[in-house]
Amino acid sequence: MTALKSSATHKETASQTAGPFVHIGLAPRRAGITGYGEGLGSQIASPEVSGTHITVTGCVFDGTATPVTDILIEVWQADAQGLFAHHGDTEPGFCGWGRVMPDFDTGVFSFRTIKPGAVAVSGGRFMAPHLSLWLVARGINIGLNTRMYFPDEAEANAQDPALGAIDSAARRDTLIARKDSTGYHFDIRLQGDGETVFFDV
Amino acid sequence: MKPLAPRDRQWHPPALAPAYKTSVTRSPRMPLMPLEQSASELTGPVFGQGDLGPHDHDLIRNYASSGDPIGERIIIHGRVQDEDGRPVPHTLVEIWQANAAGRYRHVNDSYLAPVDPNFGGCGRILTDATGAFRFHTIKPGAYPWPNGPNSWRPAHIHFSVFGTAFAQRLITQMYFQGDPLIDLCPIVQAVADPQARALLTAPLDLEATVPFDSIAYRFDITLRGRRATPFENRTEGT
Repeated sequence: MTALKSSATHKETASQTAGPFVHIGLAPRRAGITGYGEGLGSQIASPEVSGTHITVTGCVFDGTATPVTDILIEVWQADAQGLFAHHGDTEPGFCGWGRVMPDFDTGVFSFRTIKPGAVAVSGGRFMAPHLSLWLVARGINIGLNTRMYFPDEAEANAQDPALGAIDSAARRDTLIARKDSTGYHFDIRLQGDGETVFFDV
Repeated sequence: MKPLAPRDRQWHPPALAPAYKTSVTRSPRMPLMPLEQSASELTGPVFGQGDLGPHDHDLIRNYASSGDPIGERIIIHGRVQDEDGRPVPHTLVEIWQANAAGRYRHVNDSYLAPVDPNFGGCGRILTDATGAFRFHTIKPGAYPWPNGPNSWRPAHIHFSVFGTAFAQRLITQMYFQGDPLIDLCPIVQAVADPQARALLTAPLDLEATVPFDSIAYRFDITLRGRRATPFENRTEGT
């Protein structure tokens, strides 16, 4: 690895919380506003996209184990072949990006997508199938990055560089969803017992 | 794919800023884990004009039904660039804000100030080839919030920016030059570096003002840059 030289002439704009009314800008219909359309990020993959279509449910909890009902999660993921919809070489209907918000009363979220493939990284290695997640809300001063991995990919998970860099098995497990009757379930704990691993991306 | 320069976590607000009370239970206590950047972080969603409506950048017109919204007509313009000063073209910028009375059009806002029937408070634009953007809107009002017994947010506009990589994703708030509430706000003051805070305040831009129509403020946004020297790229393409 070469030295981390930087030619930066400007500093990144400092982050500020998304606040409680983030939906007005990013998901107006959830704010109760009609007239701005469906909102961006409402479909990660359309029903005709090839791959295994899955449902992911879960809940984000704060340090008092209370559901964070005003959380907004952005998902970014590869398609079933492990390709990202970035250079236009994925199927039409696959966006790979979506916005997920829970029920305002229960804090439970649910979204449909396809299971991503493994993603190639340098050195002939692969990352296990995963969803990249970015969480913003009131009380979160800078967006939190985490990943959701799959419980039925034990072999790939064991080879995954990001999971492998986490020493504690208990902490590693915070990134792995569990199977339930509707698909996959993934809870995120912002703080305290079972605190989810967040990455400095 | 050049990796992104690391984030300067001292420059950003910390997760836990006790004076901002909601951050107390919503801040992770374990250190962030380092992550080897890969396509998951270095790619991101791409948006086009087809994703936007024709008046999305004009908050004076994009919700109006019976006339113009009440308030000071303003222009917010600026440029999205990266830390190396390179413009970030064709990237999505989304904003949201309260109306002139400090009230949000949101099912969860119960402030006694009135909603404005002609103001929605949602704006979107793609930057042009030079990274520039320009919104037309009304100046949002200050409003009270339940942080302390008498807490008021300075007038602000929320900004969400994408860049070209998911790891560049940024949400921030823009404040207005001269607002005395800025120095009293624990959300702003969670940013420790005075220079970083100053960059969140948009100065009056008289030159961009449209005489007898709208007063202008300038807000430039900087996203993470690429590392000057690519690393671990020896194996790329092999």
